[in-house]
Amino acid sequence: MATMRGSLRQRLVGLASVRAASTSSVSTFPKRVKIVEVGPRDGLQNEKNIVPTSVKIRMIDMLSEAGLPVIEATSFVSPKWVPQMADHIEVLKGIQKFPGINYPVLTPNFKGFQAAVAAGAKEVSIFGAASELFTRKNINCSIDESLQRFDQVLKAAQAAGIPVRGYVSCVLGCPYEGKISPAKVAEVSKKMYSMGCYEISLGDTIGVGTPGIMKDMLSAVMHEVPVAALAVHCHDTYGQALANTLMALQGVNFQKLLEAGTFICQALNRKTSSKVAQATCKL
Amino acid sequence: MGNVPSAVKHCLSYQQLLREHLWIADSVPGALDPAQEASQLSGLPEYVKIVEVGPRDGLQNEKVIVPTDIKIEFINQLSQTGLSVIEVTSFVSSKWVPQMADHTEVMKGIQQYPGVRYPVLTPNLQGFHRAVAAGATEISVFGAASESFSKKNINCSIEESMEKFEEVVKSARHLNIPARGYVSCALGCPYEGSITPQKVTEVSKRLYGMGCYEISLGDTIGVGTPGSMRRMLESVIKEIPPTALAVHCHDTYGQALANILTALQMGINVVDSAVSGLGGCPYAKGASGNVATEDLIYMLNGLGLNTDVNLHKVMEAGDFICKAVNKTTNSKVAQASYNA
Repeated sequence: MATMRGSLRQRLVGLASVRAASTSSVSTFPKRVKIVEVGPRDGLQNEKNIVPTSVKIRMIDMLSEAGLPVIEATSFVSPKWVPQMADHIEVLKGIQKFPGINYPVLTPNFKGFQAAVAAGAKEVSIFGAASELFTRKNINCSIDESLQRFDQVLKAAQAAGIPVRGYVSCVLGCPYEGKISPAKVAEVSKKMYSMGCYEISLGDTIGVGTPGIMKDMLSAVMHEVPVAALAVHCHDTYGQALANTLMALQGVNFQKLLEAGTFICQALNRKTSSKVAQATCKL
Repeated sequence: MGNVPSAVKHCLSYQQLLREHLWIADSVPGALDPAQEASQLSGLPEYVKIVEVGPRDGLQNEKVIVPTDIKIEFINQLSQTGLSVIEVTSFVSSKWVPQMADHTEVMKGIQQYPGVRYPVLTPNLQGFHRAVAAGATEISVFGAASESFSKKNINCSIEESMEKFEEVVKSARHLNIPARGYVSCALGCPYEGSITPQKVTEVSKRLYGMGCYEISLGDTIGVGTPGSMRRMLESVIKEIPPTALAVHCHDTYGQALANILTALQMGINVVDSAVSGLGGCPYAKGASGNVATEDLIYMLNGLGLNTDVNLHKVMEAGDFICKAVNKTTNSKVAQASYNA
């Protein structure tokens, strides 16, 4: 048993060196992967029990100690809608801000943005969706209207030098509309990116996606948004998250794409999915 | 973000989406043919054979001794799902594996559906003879890529175990009984830690050479990740055609589907799994065991790959056995669907 624990510890702690070794035979994997920790916000938001502020703060501090580069701390949303996030000001003010770690917060509207900045936020996130019905049911307006609302936030953030991350929900399926077309995801992503979001996180909100659908969606989005500005946010509702994430990682060679930008996206378009799969197969 | 009110789960589009993803047989008339509809992620095998190991590998690791009639009913339900291979039991000494003490009754008691195969484990010649007497028409032997694991598990070295298996496989071939070979600890060993791909290849080659028609490479403690899966398969595929290989991934660290996807991309088209993700891990308390058949089928359906298996019926069999052993399912698909 000691050997297993030893080897596990090696695996977990020596991850950097292991990763370097394991990617050597798989040239299509990115060399580095940035993990955006959304537990304190997206995670806790969906937990029934209201977590005490002190516990939230301690959790975030522990995550900071673990070295995660980005930790989404809280959401400046009305407590009427999301009671779990009612203590957003206390949490943001109470956490230790480690150097080199970003602590973005959700800001669903301009009011929330102002409150976030007043509380010391240095990065914010906004939420769009690839589904009209979802947007309507969730925030009572159309996708375009929601983006107009966010425009105010983006302009103010730009003026204040605050980076904005954009989320697109329902990228692999919507509880109201069912299937979502990759083209729609690409359209919404493009809009949010061109409005000034530095990164677009593509969310499989209800976790229905599988690797092929993930690849189709990413292929469409990569036409419109540089891959270096993309992230995936996979829910594990049907146990597919890691397989979907793996597919997202495989499709992307960050180094090549950083060098060649749009050309590589077009090249990926000319190549069918089968060629990408074949490229990763060493037979 | 992502707050899906519970009311939404009853909304028609969500149900339709699930039906399409789950490939449920009684889906809405007029719905598109799943094979056309699903994303064309080619470079993957068109058909994937699922080897259901729930009744054996799954139950073997369950603490509660399951009554014989429940085991038989469980297997009979699985036989009606479209699964083409169901590993039924193990002709091992009941001293070692009490759960499998009723191997003869189970083998004799199940309904053998046409088109479905019912392999059984036979660790030695004695077990093999008993299995044949009980009506077995396919057998499996278990090797390991780790000397320590071999010694601790079956009290002999790899070489000694291979000699035993030669006897079994030779006898099986005489009777025209196909033999499947398993290689445990293919991606890591609880005693030795990491296992070299070369060792896995050596053991696999030995089993294949003695006449096993298929070699199932097992990530026994679920420590593997896509990178280590790829490295191991690259080595084995040099010696054994991918069509004669299968992967048997435990989900102890949640890596199973990602590892399986990697294997599929490399040309493997046989995957072992267990309904409800039955069976824990004797080496990691509280951990899950086999990858859940339901979750595997969900992924394969979404990829547009043919399995011939009805997910809905598999979920029903999973529900049955979980109630019988009084545990919650380890399948996320089942959890999500029953809560919907």
